[in-house]
Amino acid sequence: MKRLLIVLLLIASPTLAVQPDEVLDDPALEARARDISTGLRCLVCRNESIDESNAELARDLRILLRERLVAGDTDQEAVEFIVDRYGEYVLLKPTTTGANLMLWLAGPIMLLIAAGVGWNFLRKRSQHQNAVHADTLSEEEQERLRRILED
Amino acid sequence: MALTGPSKYSSVMITELGHFALILAFLVAIVQTVVPLIGAANRWNGWMVFAEPAAVAQFLLTAFSFGALVWAFVSSDFSLRIVVENSHSAKPMLYKISGTWGNHEGSMLLWVLIVTIFGAMAAVFGGGLPPTLKARVLSVQSAIGVAFFAFILFTSNPFDRLPVPPFDGRDLNPLLQDPGLAFHPPFLYLGYVGLSMAFSFAVAALIEGRVDAAWGRWVRPWTLAAWIFLTIGIALGSWWAYYELGWGGFWFWDPVENASFMPWLLAAALLHSAIVVEKREALKSWTILLAIIAFGFSLIGTFIVRSGLLTSVHAFASDPERGVFILVILVVFIGGALTLFAARAQAMEAKGVFGMVSRESALIVNNLLLAVSCFVVFFGTLWPMIAEMAFDRKLSVGAPFFNAAFTPFMVALGIVLPVGAMLPWKRGKLGKAAWSLRYAFVLAVALAILVWVMQTGRSALGPVGLFLGAWITFGAIVDLWSRTGRKGNLARLFRLPGADWGKAVAHTGLGVTIFAIAGLTAWEVEDIRVAQAGQPFEVGQFTLTLQDVRRVQGPNYFSTTADVSVEQNGRQITTLHPEKRDYPVARMPTTEAAIDYRLLRDLYVVIGDQQADGGWVMRTYIKPLANWIWGGCILMALGGALSLSDRRFRVAAGARKTPASGVPAE
Repeated sequence: MKRLLIVLLLIASPTLAVQPDEVLDDPALEARARDISTGLRCLVCRNESIDESNAELARDLRILLRERLVAGDTDQEAVEFIVDRYGEYVLLKPTTTGANLMLWLAGPIMLLIAAGVGWNFLRKRSQHQNAVHADTLSEEEQERLRRILED
Repeated sequence: MALTGPSKYSSVMITELGHFALILAFLVAIVQTVVPLIGAANRWNGWMVFAEPAAVAQFLLTAFSFGALVWAFVSSDFSLRIVVENSHSAKPMLYKISGTWGNHEGSMLLWVLIVTIFGAMAAVFGGGLPPTLKARVLSVQSAIGVAFFAFILFTSNPFDRLPVPPFDGRDLNPLLQDPGLAFHPPFLYLGYVGLSMAFSFAVAALIEGRVDAAWGRWVRPWTLAAWIFLTIGIALGSWWAYYELGWGGFWFWDPVENASFMPWLLAAALLHSAIVVEKREALKSWTILLAIIAFGFSLIGTFIVRSGLLTSVHAFASDPERGVFILVILVVFIGGALTLFAARAQAMEAKGVFGMVSRESALIVNNLLLAVSCFVVFFGTLWPMIAEMAFDRKLSVGAPFFNAAFTPFMVALGIVLPVGAMLPWKRGKLGKAAWSLRYAFVLAVALAILVWVMQTGRSALGPVGLFLGAWITFGAIVDLWSRTGRKGNLARLFRLPGADWGKAVAHTGLGVTIFAIAGLTAWEVEDIRVAQAGQPFEVGQFTLTLQDVRRVQGPNYFSTTADVSVEQNGRQITTLHPEKRDYPVARMPTTEAAIDYRLLRDLYVVIGDQQADGGWVMRTYIKPLANWIWGGCILMALGGALSLSDRRFRVAAGARKTPASGVPAE
């Protein structure tokens, strides 16, 4: 985090994120712009969206995005327009195309594997329980019980 | 040297002694790694007990060395490179001290200091440990020390001198000159390094080839302590981001944040699975594996922060030596431990048997969810690097990904938590546990519906978060209540073991934090405008007026301070003073938000630039439940502390036996 800030503030001018003069008159359109811009990366910052960033470039992108929306682009078209110009690096939420599928599926697949292993383990455990007479104590347990009782 | 006067000379002397003590500590650590290990293998008592005084000596030497560095910062000894780079004679005393660890070299010295503190604590308080296990634990702990002493001495020496000392320093990054951040790193390191103790116990147990209930009882306090410190450290960092960065964000899923969050998740998993080892002698090999991996993530965290690898692949080249060094440490320790694990894990025959539906299985579910969620964070953090190297795609993985991919795990965890916590050991009935929670469930749903109706047409996040938070909190209360035998015997409630209270409080804390994050995200109000002096404007139920903007001089900065009066229902409730600061030495501007902290909501005001028409850019936020996020973290840490206070750990630590009283621990 420290580094984030150091880098960020070296680049940043002391202005703050979205400026009043950028805000669109149409609140619905502005809300869409805000929503989209939280998912677009400020290219010169570290891990910050253009919505939060203070950098000049982020401001340019915010204005560009609003121009596209005013021109009648759908959300998707506006994002595509920006991705075409700046590359997929600009997307904070990676697409689900190609290799990125691995990223999106890694969690669910891992959960399935883990659940399978866990289930298997539990089944063995409970079968084991049926085999062993759960009421009787092992020798070591009896030894421990004896020691506890003696205390 | 440009230094004159006796005090300056003694300061120089202390610095040299500090450097010397560090080298001595390194040598002690090497001996402490080797001798007890050989002693334990051959059952030579003298060699084994050598570890104890050595661990204490190692700690004292390192503490002296660290003290010398603090002294150099406090006395502004500008012959030291890192003092020049990170301090300034006009800096307030607190930040001179915290400047010691506000840089790479000093923070690594703090890191290794904590390694030795934990080692010395295990040596002094570990009276109940079997001699061979104790010798091996201290040996492994010392080996970690050796690696980091070497890292410090060979690549990042804090005692580096400058041939020509300048008259004054370049000041600490102003963002770090803040009370919240002054204590953020020490807590994080206490957490990271606390996990080294769990690691040492795990490796020692693998060497011994024996894990039993007692082992679980020894490991758990260290894991708990590490988790408590990590919780506090992360909360401090997040709180700092909230008030310092100027827009009230509190979590950014930045790689460096993830680096501290991953060990937290695994420590949470570990402290739950250690319960199963302790109470039921099951999940032994999994717990060992978890202890190894959890410390592995601490090392990875250190690596990520130091190398800059994940920020950008290219930044790695800027500091290759250090990054590679930590990578080697990581590979040697984690690789070695995992190899040992592969060879020995089979020997850990589980003893306790349990049914499909039981507390044991519930804790397994907890572990699965926490471990897989950690994996998701890990994979997401690494993915930009993998994608660039393997697929030649330059892309970003930011907050929207993590929010989408990580949150479901926490939701699932929140849903199953109260039920799992109610299940009995060995064998239980799901229906019975769920039925005893019926009131908690109905109440949580009712609250969520009420809020859903009241908020009209806003996102479902708020009500869902409220449901989860309330469900977990009420569930914890029901659980605690049921432990008293449900007869309303309050006296019995207070005689419950610390662990029972700790469980209830920590789970409540999680519920509070989940609710607060959802509430803040869903119900935040934002206002951006150009404010003219003297003209009131409304934000939510507040009326704000920019009264005046002044220039103010601070100790090492200039400030543009605004006076903003805040009215509610026609009555003035407060005056806020948001600032913009400029630190001339560090040449860096910062924004200082003014926050009116309230129980249910914060009013958060930030001043921006002056506009051509004389007005000032002002951003105003109403942040509902903001304080509850950290309140929940404090509850979690408090719950951990209560659990740590449970008498069975003191008994395990070798304290005198006290007669059993109250309700026996489960």
